[in-house]
Amino acid sequence: MSASAILNTPLDLASGLATEGEAAKFLPKSSHIPNVALSPPTVAAPAGKRFRFYGFGLFAVIAWGILSGLTLGLPDKAAGFSETWPYSSEFGIAAGVIAALWLLLTVTASFRSLPRRGASGLLERANQSFRYAVPWLVVLPLFLAAWQVLTAKTGVLTPPFFAPPSSLIDAYVNNYERLADSAWNSIKLLLEGILWGALVGFVVGVSIGWSKTLNYWLHPILRLVGPLPPTALLPIAFFFFPSSHSASVFLIALATGFPVAILSWSGVASVNKAYYDVARTLGASEAFLIFRVAIPAALPQVFVGLFMGLGASFVVLIVAEMMGVKSGLGWYLTWAQGYADYVNMYAALLVMTILFSSLISLLFTVRDRLLIWQKGTVKW
Amino acid sequence: MVAVLKQVKAGATVDSVDNASHIHIAQVSHHFDTPTGDLAVLDDVSLDIAPGEFVALLGPSGCGKSTLLRLVAGLEPASTGTITQDGQPITRPDPSRIVVFQDPTLFPWRSVWDNVALGLEAQGVLKTERARVDEALQKVGLESFAKSWPHQLSGGMAQRAALARALVNNPKLLILDEPLGKLDSLTRLELQSELVSLWRKNGFSVLLVTHDVEEALFLAERVVIFSQRPARIIAEIEVDQPYPRRRGDTRLANLRHEILNHLGLGKTW
Repeated sequence: MSASAILNTPLDLASGLATEGEAAKFLPKSSHIPNVALSPPTVAAPAGKRFRFYGFGLFAVIAWGILSGLTLGLPDKAAGFSETWPYSSEFGIAAGVIAALWLLLTVTASFRSLPRRGASGLLERANQSFRYAVPWLVVLPLFLAAWQVLTAKTGVLTPPFFAPPSSLIDAYVNNYERLADSAWNSIKLLLEGILWGALVGFVVGVSIGWSKTLNYWLHPILRLVGPLPPTALLPIAFFFFPSSHSASVFLIALATGFPVAILSWSGVASVNKAYYDVARTLGASEAFLIFRVAIPAALPQVFVGLFMGLGASFVVLIVAEMMGVKSGLGWYLTWAQGYADYVNMYAALLVMTILFSSLISLLFTVRDRLLIWQKGTVKW
Repeated sequence: MVAVLKQVKAGATVDSVDNASHIHIAQVSHHFDTPTGDLAVLDDVSLDIAPGEFVALLGPSGCGKSTLLRLVAGLEPASTGTITQDGQPITRPDPSRIVVFQDPTLFPWRSVWDNVALGLEAQGVLKTERARVDEALQKVGLESFAKSWPHQLSGGMAQRAALARALVNNPKLLILDEPLGKLDSLTRLELQSELVSLWRKNGFSVLLVTHDVEEALFLAERVVIFSQRPARIIAEIEVDQPYPRRRGDTRLANLRHEILNHLGLGKTW
């Protein structure tokens, strides 16, 4: 063996190792997970747990801590009749408790336990949600803190038009019965109107989409009456209907029904004609063509109509309650305004926000259930 | 008698012709009312399809072949002339004559299984005949996609599902309106062979419209050539080759040349 051959041998060995499979053995396993590459080396912990401090979580803890500290630490600026704002300290303590909770989740999220079931799985889900929510959990308390400081602490935003977030607690504690009653009455009135409007609008829309005769008679009426804001009919409706309740139901139904009718009609009218040809050659009756072809094909459009109708119905509900109905959230707003009780108005607006957005979410849930076949193809 | 002759000729493995229709098209002309006046699309077309026969209609694009299919399907009445199925005039669509269109036209809101079940559901027999749906899916090799949504299928798979939706009805006449026209060429060749074997197994009559001369010769026992609109029959070619056919067959190549001559494209040979 020559000298050069001996010299070459180790080089050959090295190049032999440099194949992909061999090289992989020498890299840490964690390098296959992209985001681990940014983290400090993992520390082995007992019981199959690995500890990697979740530093991001601390930002949420600090933000809620700031909210708590500012609320409790800074003195309230005297406003009107009272020296302090109600529930200021409770609000500060609650923020502190929440900060502690985030601290707990930050610690648990730092342990990456092996996959398990049961209670441990629950904790893992909580940790995952926490990681997802952290940016909001930082921004929200900072916003609340700014709000608290600008109102209760410095009075830059003056009462009675502005009130600190802590004072909302006072409004809910003192008026929860009246507020709950108003919300319940609003829900009842709204649902009654929406159900009638959606039902009649859908039937009318499908009818004029399907039948030329019905289209001839109903379409011009729809075109004429539809664009009229139902709120413009309020004074007349209150006069003609036996009660303000039935008048409001009618107007809410009108507001919901118009977009539902227009979009159901457009949905049925724009069904691919080839679907009918296919169904007819397969032996479909007229009823089959309507209920198994036209309506399912039009359903995505119907939901667009329902979404628009829901928005319109909220407007009519609140205006009707402000004008004539003697209960409900709209009435509550005018009632609170009568006493210049703006805190109570904010409280009612918050309830309204939650109520209406829940209804929209409910609609989306129903839609996703019914139109599951669209999953992955349609986004709105 | 015609049917018996046909079986011998094609070597088809059909036991009887009970499950195949005899279609008779007699002096059919058709025109559409358009804002600019009448548009004649079919001119005195007469054609006889024996039970179990596979006939291809070939002609220039837009000549009116697809209109003839719609008339045979019963989707529209002919302006003049008569079309009969086993001696009965065709007045409306019927599940014994199923159309497969160029687009699969699967209903997007139904799973593949529910799409195939469409005919049985429309005829009100689905509850007792559910097994037929599984059987039809098996015939086209889609049994593992029964629960998929149409938008999850490839073009070839969607057209297979459309075929299963037709076959589940045990049609006596299968009407194919360029069913493979939009598929990529490899999938098309594959499905051509599948069509032949489905036809030979089931024995129904087939009326196929296509632009593809090679496809017509590979599939059909008889190729009917149409003129420009208004469509007239200008030639009928018997494809006297046994199944399964071979694409490289010189006899098919010669027939192809002959057909191209009829279509005025002979110079490109």
